[in-house]
Amino acid sequence: MNAPLSILPPPPASAGAAGAIHPVTDTAAVIRFEGVEKTFPARSGSGAVSALTDVNLAVPEGAIVGVIGRSGAGKSTLIRLVNGLERPTAGRIVVDGTDITALSERGLRQARRSIGMIFQHFNLLARRTAFENVALPLEIAGIPAREIKSRVEPLLDLVGLADKRDRYPAELSGGQKQRVGIARALATRPRVLLSDEATSALDPETTNQILALLRKVNAELKLTVLLITHEMAVIKAVADRVAVLDGGRIVEDGSTFDIFARPQHPTTRSFLSALTGSTLPPHLADRLKPAHTPGAEAVVRIVFTGTHATDPVLSRVSRLLSIDINIIQAQVDDIAGQPFGVIVVSLPGDAATVAGVTNAIARLGLASEVIGYVS
Amino acid sequence: MFPEILSPAIVDLLIEATRQTLYMVAISGLVGTLIGLPLGVFLATSRSGELFAAPWLNHTLGLVVNAARSTPFIILVVAIIPFTRLIAGTSIGTNAAIVPLTVAAAPFIARLIEAAIREVDQGLVEAARAMGASPLQIVRKVLLPEALPSITLALTLAVVSLLGYSAMVGAVGGGGLGDLGIRFGYQRFMPEVMAAVVIVLIVLVQGVQSVGDLLARRLDKRNRG
Repeated sequence: MNAPLSILPPPPASAGAAGAIHPVTDTAAVIRFEGVEKTFPARSGSGAVSALTDVNLAVPEGAIVGVIGRSGAGKSTLIRLVNGLERPTAGRIVVDGTDITALSERGLRQARRSIGMIFQHFNLLARRTAFENVALPLEIAGIPAREIKSRVEPLLDLVGLADKRDRYPAELSGGQKQRVGIARALATRPRVLLSDEATSALDPETTNQILALLRKVNAELKLTVLLITHEMAVIKAVADRVAVLDGGRIVEDGSTFDIFARPQHPTTRSFLSALTGSTLPPHLADRLKPAHTPGAEAVVRIVFTGTHATDPVLSRVSRLLSIDINIIQAQVDDIAGQPFGVIVVSLPGDAATVAGVTNAIARLGLASEVIGYVS
Repeated sequence: MFPEILSPAIVDLLIEATRQTLYMVAISGLVGTLIGLPLGVFLATSRSGELFAAPWLNHTLGLVVNAARSTPFIILVVAIIPFTRLIAGTSIGTNAAIVPLTVAAAPFIARLIEAAIREVDQGLVEAARAMGASPLQIVRKVLLPEALPSITLALTLAVVSLLGYSAMVGAVGGGGLGDLGIRFGYQRFMPEVMAAVVIVLIVLVQGVQSVGDLLARRLDKRNRG
């Protein structure tokens, strides 16, 4: 990315530092990470690996919370700590009032029945039909066969696979397999659903269908969802809140809309760049200089949010300062149900004009950022 | 076909030898599986970090299995005669021959089962753990059922190998097809008996392999649609 000369509002005091989290009221959190560390012991040929450092995160009841990070950021470890597939080196993970870290293996097995999980590669048993796969967690829980039947069939209906009941996974498409995975994860009527890159192996259209299904079960079953992904599009489509994981630390977290509107951390910005038009066209990016030279034009990014998203800001500023503003790139989107737009413009680059424009925009209640100069 | 080339007495001997071979292979295959299956499952699940983590026991059993497998069968037959006498009450005859056959089959089967179980996608084990399955439930509901096609092929291979091994137990009076072939075909210069023995063995191996392949294909649901 081109070095962002940020004129965005500074982050709240002490934020940006490790674990700077504003926990949602603790009582409402269904999943809570408290000062969690995870270090994998040294193996022959490599030293100890620190996967997670001082992770604090609260997942409010009924919310869909996304954790985004690159591969190796520690997100797989993070989600596996919730159902005890991994144990933390330090700190606590509390799920639905139970301290997962304090449980014995036996206690953990019981707790896992109220935590469903879906996987990137579905992890369906090849020798079981769709019905039998969904029945598996119920068999494991020791539920009698007749009751299993009465519980599995509504689940297959819910995920839209009633007609695929007796099909084997090899006969299903990727999206259908993940639907079976979701039905299976819901079989024990969990309060929490963990989604481990559940759409990463699917094409965009199927991804949208699966995300829509996640939203549906979240709403209909009052299910709290924690998902990990490396795609901002997934966060944008379903998450109410998002935490950005980088190098084993949560570097930023907040409501999805706030993160999209006012990203603070470079990692967040880089994730967003692919989505919200903060990547400039190459012919422009190549010519972009960090400082003003005589005759150069300033390139300014303006973020439209909330109530101002639909205001005719540009024409107002143009009239107010009697300058020409050239639109380079524009995108209007909908994030977490709120309108959200990004416009990149070029305008005369002298300091007075730039200051005048950014002030005018700020007075209109919008954020702007000078991203460079082109001559 | 046979009666024209072979005398009725030889045909009777051939039938009796076939019966003995099938008997020895069936019993040693069965008992070998009863020992080898749990042993193989344990070997596949007991390295450090696995379901029944017991690295020391895993290592020790691995050594024992390797030792048994590296002993040439004919030497094994003779070396364990005291053990054979203890189990079968005698060291001579078809029943006695079953003991070394079983001792040879069990570690072989264990290694084959281990390989079949290790083929099962670890993601399935993780999914089962996430459902709250106990290690024993994971073996019963995930590992064994998912590995069943491979296990079927493994046991087919074991039975075919046992058919070969059983030819050597003539050394302890075990009888069977191999023994008939050596005593009549080779030592009495009756090539037609040798040929008949080989043909019967080929038919048996083909039959076992075909049935095994067919079963494994039926059980495998991975390549449908």
